[in-house]
Amino acid sequence: MAEFKHKHIIALRDLSKDDIEMLLSSAESLREINSRDIKKVPTLRGKTIINLFYEASTRTRTSFEIAGKRLSADTVNITTSSSSATKGETLSDTALNLLAMKPDIIVMRHSVSGSHYYLADKVNCSIINAGDGAHEHPSQGLLDLLTMKDKFGRLDGLKVAIVGDITHSRVARSNIQGLTKMGSSVFLAGPPTMMPPGVERLGNVTVCSSMKEAIQDADVVMMLRIQQERQGKTLMPNAREYSRYFGLNPENLKLAKPNAMVMHPGPINRGVEMSSSTVDGDQSWILKQVENGVAVRMSMLYHVCGGEIE
Amino acid sequence: MAVEKTILMDGAGVKRALTRIAHEILERNRGVEDVVLVGIRSGGAFLADGIAEQISIIEGEPVQVGAVDITLYRDDCAGQLPHAPVGNTAIPFSLEAKKVILVDDVLYTGRTIRAAMDALMDFGRPSCIQLAVLIDRGHRELPIRADFVGRNVPTSLKENVQVVFDENNQPLEVVLEK
Repeated sequence: MAEFKHKHIIALRDLSKDDIEMLLSSAESLREINSRDIKKVPTLRGKTIINLFYEASTRTRTSFEIAGKRLSADTVNITTSSSSATKGETLSDTALNLLAMKPDIIVMRHSVSGSHYYLADKVNCSIINAGDGAHEHPSQGLLDLLTMKDKFGRLDGLKVAIVGDITHSRVARSNIQGLTKMGSSVFLAGPPTMMPPGVERLGNVTVCSSMKEAIQDADVVMMLRIQQERQGKTLMPNAREYSRYFGLNPENLKLAKPNAMVMHPGPINRGVEMSSSTVDGDQSWILKQVENGVAVRMSMLYHVCGGEIE
Repeated sequence: MAVEKTILMDGAGVKRALTRIAHEILERNRGVEDVVLVGIRSGGAFLADGIAEQISIIEGEPVQVGAVDITLYRDDCAGQLPHAPVGNTAIPFSLEAKKVILVDDVLYTGRTIRAAMDALMDFGRPSCIQLAVLIDRGHRELPIRADFVGRNVPTSLKENVQVVFDENNQPLEVVLEK
């Protein structure tokens, strides 16, 4: 049987198809714990996990914290507003200081792409990426894959449309990496100002000229958040116009397959990238994504503890 | 050096042992009321299905069967966790006040049983736990004994006992490897 041999999980680009399958398979088993009366197993007893968040987060941080606690690890949360980063401490100094307290895993979110690779070189504990700039968000990518697998029972051969601000989206990048490895085909749509050049080279990826073209006969329609904090003011005229061309509503959702699932990584700008009726509609799997997030993160924490340096 | 293999039991022998264990479980518990079976993955889970089948034939009443994966409860996790994926625990019924028959294929150090009992306790408070094993090969490291044993096999620490199943998860044979 294949073995998971990574000490860090920084990007789905670094993982093989077997690695991803194993993470998903363990997540499917671990999910059962979340429906027990006593939602705790002793597996990571005595392990310390530091959640180091340099960017705002509700879902991801809470989800990683709950995942760690359900596996009996001790979890500590550090957010920028309450850390020495506001006093000017560098990332590497913060990390070395945290390391002196002997954590087993650091789960980090940082606004600079690739900061986790920089950190992984400096520390001897495991690093899990909870989002780095516009690079990757592997736990989100994995939970999206798990949610699609829940509905379709497979990932191979699915047509997945990803619509929105692709350039600034680490969710899109992780999904593209994961989906193409698992045999799905990805169709991207978004304003040309938000479409990174050369994205087709990542694998079975098609850049569409319109949203209609992307979601036509799609099995999955994944909408992305307009990241107002990351982009300048010049990328789109206004939210209303964006919504008209790249917003999901009950009308254009009919272009997708009748049983297509609608996904969104959250937080949602209701009325901008999605109409409220599609967020709350029958085809929406958004809350299932959040639910799967805990199981996937438990699986990631479990497997990096078993992994070894390659 | 080639591994020397001795067949301790064939498929029919395993089935006979399971039938006897089924009778003993019913005798001890005076029927199937409040009795549930939980097999330890993977071998024990297949044997639990076999015992349940026998019990339903004898009593004419079905008995609930669950399966537990003990990976998350192992006592050797402090060093290195296993690299393999976590198996599925499926106990789709309450264990509260039930007589739980825990089923495993080979009883050896007792550490697996300890882990499985910890897992069961997380699902509720059974009125009792009884242990049924196909093979007891000795060498206990914990104070654990089986209530129902298919066969006692004295072994040395160098030997290995394996219950082999076919592709339909039916017991094929029990092999002693030297």
